Amino acid sequence: MAVPIAAGPGTGGDLDGQSFKPDLERIEIELLLEGIFRHYGFDFRSYAYASIRRRLWKRIEEEGLSSVSALQEKVLHEPEMMEKLLLDLSINVTAMFRDPGFYQTFREHVVPLLRTYPFIRIWHAGCSTGEEVYSMAILLREEGLYERARIYATDINEVVLQRAKAGIFPLERMQEYTENYIRAGGKRSFSEYYTAKYGGALFDQSLTKNVVFSQHNLVTDRSFSEFNVILCRNVLIYFDKTLQSKVHGLFYDSLAMFGVLVLGSKETLRFMAHEDCYQQIAPPEKIFRKVR
Amino acid sequence: MSYSIVAMGTSWGGLAALTKLLAGLPADFRLPVVLVQHRGKDSEGLLGELLQDATPLQVCEAEDKVSLTPGVVYVAPANYHVLIEQGYLSLSIEEPVRFSRPSIDVMFASAADTYLSATIGVVLTGANEDGSRGLAQIAARGGKALVQDPKTAEIPIMPSAAIKAVPSAEVLPLERLAPRLLELSQEPTSARVRRAV
Repeated sequence: MAVPIAAGPGTGGDLDGQSFKPDLERIEIELLLEGIFRHYGFDFRSYAYASIRRRLWKRIEEEGLSSVSALQEKVLHEPEMMEKLLLDLSINVTAMFRDPGFYQTFREHVVPLLRTYPFIRIWHAGCSTGEEVYSMAILLREEGLYERARIYATDINEVVLQRAKAGIFPLERMQEYTENYIRAGGKRSFSEYYTAKYGGALFDQSLTKNVVFSQHNLVTDRSFSEFNVILCRNVLIYFDKTLQSKVHGLFYDSLAMFGVLVLGSKETLRFMAHEDCYQQIAPPEKIFRKVR
Repeated sequence: MSYSIVAMGTSWGGLAALTKLLAGLPADFRLPVVLVQHRGKDSEGLLGELLQDATPLQVCEAEDKVSLTPGVVYVAPANYHVLIEQGYLSLSIEEPVRFSRPSIDVMFASAADTYLSATIGVVLTGANEDGSRGLAQIAARGGKALVQDPKTAEIPIMPSAAIKAVPSAEVLPLERLAPRLLELSQEPTSARVRRAV
């Protein structure tokens, strides 16, 4: 059967059902990820398999290669190829005020808790290019909490952190972000927060006055402080259950008693060892309070 | 060995078609059904509720890492891709594929690559061509491709594209799809004739 390979959805170039050997390919992928870990220190070994496989194949096809082993040869010998792959493997799709309902609920149910603290420490784990960090900074400012807050925004990827620091986002997305902002309970005019500059929307630099951007690897690094709020939305979905459980241990250890953990709207603590340590605030939003 | 999973995709006109199709499956249907229905990125879980009213199967919105259970219909959440892993689902917010997130192609391809010839892919009514590449992948891995007869589809574009991509697909009118799925779910794979690719 002739199937145009280039037309495939990027999940395996070899569409010939007779020669596709999933078990062999799994060995190749495990070897590649082991090699990347041992040579470069990036640990993707416990990532969810179907999605990492899909992204590896996207890179394989873009490079005109035909197997995972061929990619391994290049990745191990060419650091530039590793750079490219690192960008492929760390999903950097995000938006300002993504899931506006979450921000609305955060205003209603978490902000009153935060008002009782003299100083608020927030960890934004896996902040990518920073859109959600700026969103939270705007929310805190509008609620009068920004001056006593410090946001630690971390990501595994130095390149996206640089973009987050710059605070320049595509102008063409401002309409979408404005709609999100309004539905998130925004209290002002969204356009007050940015100016059109450098071919993009440059965000008010005072929004990052209390933000510390820094590289942190959820898989290999330890806790670095104690926080009142940890935000980690749509990051753990790329991990397998074992690694998710490990990172939840890290979050639990990094969260002050009665602190708040925020996950993406389709993530769950079910079946995690720490499930019983949290109470969900205002379902269906995935906002959990550490209670033991 | 027999079929392990049903992967289903639809767009425009999907709700009516799904209501009819899922109503035709019995409560003891033995395969998990993973469903992508295109919809607005902010739409809430209403689709699942509407479908639940129509079928004896349990319908739930897919959450990350949820285990696949026989006879449960997993609806892809708005604005997330769904990937099928061995025994469970993973979500992703990677870029839309062919303007779609969730993408039928992405879900189908992951089903094909994980469950190989134990996959049944179903394409229903829709106004774009999402699903055709994924269905081709299911067929190429030896799985079963079913397509709603475009003549019985509210919008024929999606099923027509699927048939074009997979000429070997079984094309059935909407009301024949549920009985056919039931038949396939009861059929051991070993009884199937392996067609030369």
